[in-house]
Amino acid sequence: MNRFAALLDRLAYEPRRNAKLRIMAEYFRQTPDPERGFALAALTGALTFRHAKPSLVRGLIEERADPVLFGLSWDYVGDMAETVALMWPAHPPASPRGQEAEARPGDGEAAHPGTEEPPHPCLPPAAERGRAVPTLSEVVSGLASASKSDLPALIAGWLDVLDETGRWALLKLITGELRIGVSARLAKTAVASLGGVDPDEVEHLWHGLTPPYEPLFAWVEGRGPKPETADPTPFRPPMLAHPLEEGDFAKLDPRDFLAEWKWDGIRLQAVAGRDAHGHLQRRIYSRTGEDVSRAFPDLIGALDFEGAVDGELVIVRDGRVQSFNVLQQRLNRKSVTPKLLAEYPAHLRAYDILAEGGEDLRALPFAERRRRLEALVARLNEPRIDLSPQVPFTTWEELAAARADPASVGAGEDAEAIEGCMLKRADSPYVPGRPKGLWFKWKRDPYLVDAVLMYAARGSGKRSSYYSDYTFGVWRDGPDGEELVPVGKAYFGFTDEELLRLDRFIRNHTVNRFGPVREVEYGPDRGLVLEVAFEGLQRSTRHKSGLAMRFPRIHRIRWDKPPREADRIEALERILARGEAEVFPLKEVP
Amino acid sequence: MTLVCADILKLTPEGLFCPLGPFHIDPTRPVQRALVTHGHSDHARPGHGAVMATRETLRIMAARCQDGFARTTQVASLREPMRIGEVTVTFLPAGHVLGSAQIALEAGGCRVVVSGDYKRDPDPTCLPFELVPCDVFITEATFGLPVFRHPDARGEVRKLLDSVALFPERAHLVGAYALGKAQRVMALLREEGYDRPIYLHGALERLTQLYREEGVPLGETRKVAAADRKSLGGAIVLCPPSALQDLWSRRFPDPVTAFASGWMRVRARARQKGVELPLVVSDHADWDDLCRTIRETGAGEVWVTHGQEDALVHWCRTQGLRARPLHMLGYGDEGENDPSPGKGEEG
Ligand SMILES: [Zn+2]
Ligand SMILES: [Zn+2]
Repeated sequence: MNRFAALLDRLAYEPRRNAKLRIMAEYFRQTPDPERGFALAALTGALTFRHAKPSLVRGLIEERADPVLFGLSWDYVGDMAETVALMWPAHPPASPRGQEAEARPGDGEAAHPGTEEPPHPCLPPAAERGRAVPTLSEVVSGLASASKSDLPALIAGWLDVLDETGRWALLKLITGELRIGVSARLAKTAVASLGGVDPDEVEHLWHGLTPPYEPLFAWVEGRGPKPETADPTPFRPPMLAHPLEEGDFAKLDPRDFLAEWKWDGIRLQAVAGRDAHGHLQRRIYSRTGEDVSRAFPDLIGALDFEGAVDGELVIVRDGRVQSFNVLQQRLNRKSVTPKLLAEYPAHLRAYDILAEGGEDLRALPFAERRRRLEALVARLNEPRIDLSPQVPFTTWEELAAARADPASVGAGEDAEAIEGCMLKRADSPYVPGRPKGLWFKWKRDPYLVDAVLMYAARGSGKRSSYYSDYTFGVWRDGPDGEELVPVGKAYFGFTDEELLRLDRFIRNHTVNRFGPVREVEYGPDRGLVLEVAFEGLQRSTRHKSGLAMRFPRIHRIRWDKPPREADRIEALERILARGEAEVFPLKEVP
Repeated sequence: MTLVCADILKLTPEGLFCPLGPFHIDPTRPVQRALVTHGHSDHARPGHGAVMATRETLRIMAARCQDGFARTTQVASLREPMRIGEVTVTFLPAGHVLGSAQIALEAGGCRVVVSGDYKRDPDPTCLPFELVPCDVFITEATFGLPVFRHPDARGEVRKLLDSVALFPERAHLVGAYALGKAQRVMALLREEGYDRPIYLHGALERLTQLYREEGVPLGETRKVAAADRKSLGGAIVLCPPSALQDLWSRRFPDPVTAFASGWMRVRARARQKGVELPLVVSDHADWDDLCRTIRETGAGEVWVTHGQEDALVHWCRTQGLRARPLHMLGYGDEGENDPSPGKGEEG
């Protein structure tokens, strides 16, 4: 556990990707199985423990520390696991046997001469004797197998013998939030580097492997065969686009690019392949590789091909793509009922093909893959799977016009579900991650609203000591006159300097504290106006205003604007009404 | 008793004030007469009429504020009671930085101790803290939360040396406050047997020279010349914390950035500053030592000047002590002040 803790500690402080890779590779090289395999599982997020929850950790510290001091400390540190690791009592309560009491070095109390041997300097303190620091494997198996009632004592026992870094690492593992700036992809890349293997190969095998990954290490180190890809439907990490900046046009040649609509849906990967018995297996993955097949039985049934298709999940009714609001209503339902399937039919709008009939197509140029995809979709002749149409253009001006008015260039009634354009180099291979210069997204302009800052909470990770999560509201008629009602929360969109200034504003204008949340001063003449950008609105019962924003972020901070001039709820209702026109026919749905 | 103690010391907009003197202690605005605990710029401000402090503190003030930081100055000798007006004043070592002192005030059988900033950990560059039993103890609370437990500073300096051994080709930039911390890190490096020259940012030179003249051995130091920076791979370079983010630091070849401060115990603090090698070395008492010191003074009443007052005041009350947060503004602008945004920082 100490080695694993030291690894996490170093990774947490190392900002450079290449150095992180080196540190991980070094760890994997020097650490034996199965210890390193469990570390890899932790780094890739493959470990979850059913009963070990943050609330359990909180309960442990509350038994040992003054709750006020814990609260103040947590507020200061910003991270619960770290707070507990730092303030965990250094020496567990003395053993009830009492005989083991001994003078601690430095206390200056000499032992009675002749009556007792002085403690041997190499011995650990009495409390630690007989209780060794657990290995990571012991921790993982302990957490997985202990009953809910045994867990608190088990975890407390480990915390007693670990040092501060060890406690931190253990608690991060338990609470499932490492936040050390290492993606699963980076950890797999480090494993691949042990044997000069292509990281994509590790990725390809991944879904068929389980912790502690001994066959994987054996293979990359040249000690064993390549693990069988028993999985006929592997996930392939998606290729992502960069947002297009104004200045990019000058550098890009329109002749190099193909354009398509950017759909306001959910990115999916639909994969089908034959298993060892020749049966066709089908799976649908989210863009992070989560298997979401069970949520889309209607779409799963349509995957009558062998290969992997990249596309957007949309709801299509009467041949018309519905807005994200409608899709959201299907995603929000826990159980997939026949009624839901009938009212919210899932479709895949396909825009890329990664494999076909066992052949990996990702190295082919996009234009070539597109032809293969068109052929596949035509062959399938399946109403639930169609092609994302391409947008014709020869100059950037033409594309700008198309983006501004998709209906004018053939998007027809689907225009409402379009959130901009995608630009893809015709010669681009399919590269996992976000490679530079190949794919761009050019989004429609967002909605803007002027809102008033009401509450602020501490951020997480790097920003845990700043008030960086903001709740804002707009004006409405209340029972006692004009009042602000919260309409959303945003935690990005500002620069580091703006964050400093916002944080200072919040600290200087706090009127109430609730744990890590502060209420700030607000009113017609006092407070801060935030110009908030967002992508859409929907009805929500979770918010007092009955509205919820999609992707809200701080667009500008209006230090100059008096709060009384901020927007009113009616402005949001108007935006909502536009989007709801298409939802309306289904209003009766419970 | 408390009534008498309350007569000895009061809180005014300028800071702590003893009407029996009359004089202020570590005032944050210009006053007639000031007693100064130590040379950090938030405690030792220029512009007063008369200043009394230890000889070392007066030297430090003169070196930092140019001449004329006060119209007149008077040296306070440690442990020698002096009569000022109707109160007896004694300066005693605080263990914080060179020349730092606590100030004990006695009148009518009541003793009040203003600790200034202090620590209990050993420090080769200054006299150790001396405990003074008292009725009212006025303490700082820079690290007044139970999450702050400073490890042995020698172990932290060994971490730095281990990193130098691991990355012999990279310069190690160590952010350290100009008064006290920088010199303590140098002295600790020498204690650990590091005998190569230590490189200094220009801003650290004057006080380092002053320490040396006061008899603190720091070994060979060299000023970093602009042209040298490229060739300092493997060297230990001390600089003010603010320089870590400056253009200045970017001229070094692939540097490792370290920061010696008690704040480095909290990860988010280290990461905000882009620190790769946090060294938890503090010149202030940690939580355990704050509590221990309060207990050992036997004081029945505790005033908390600056830092994390709320937690320490809460703890005092759970111990049956009367406690009051002073929420003093203007402290914590130098040395190990809270680097969180919203509070000033000088570096
Ligand atoms: Zn100080
Ligand atoms: Zn101070």
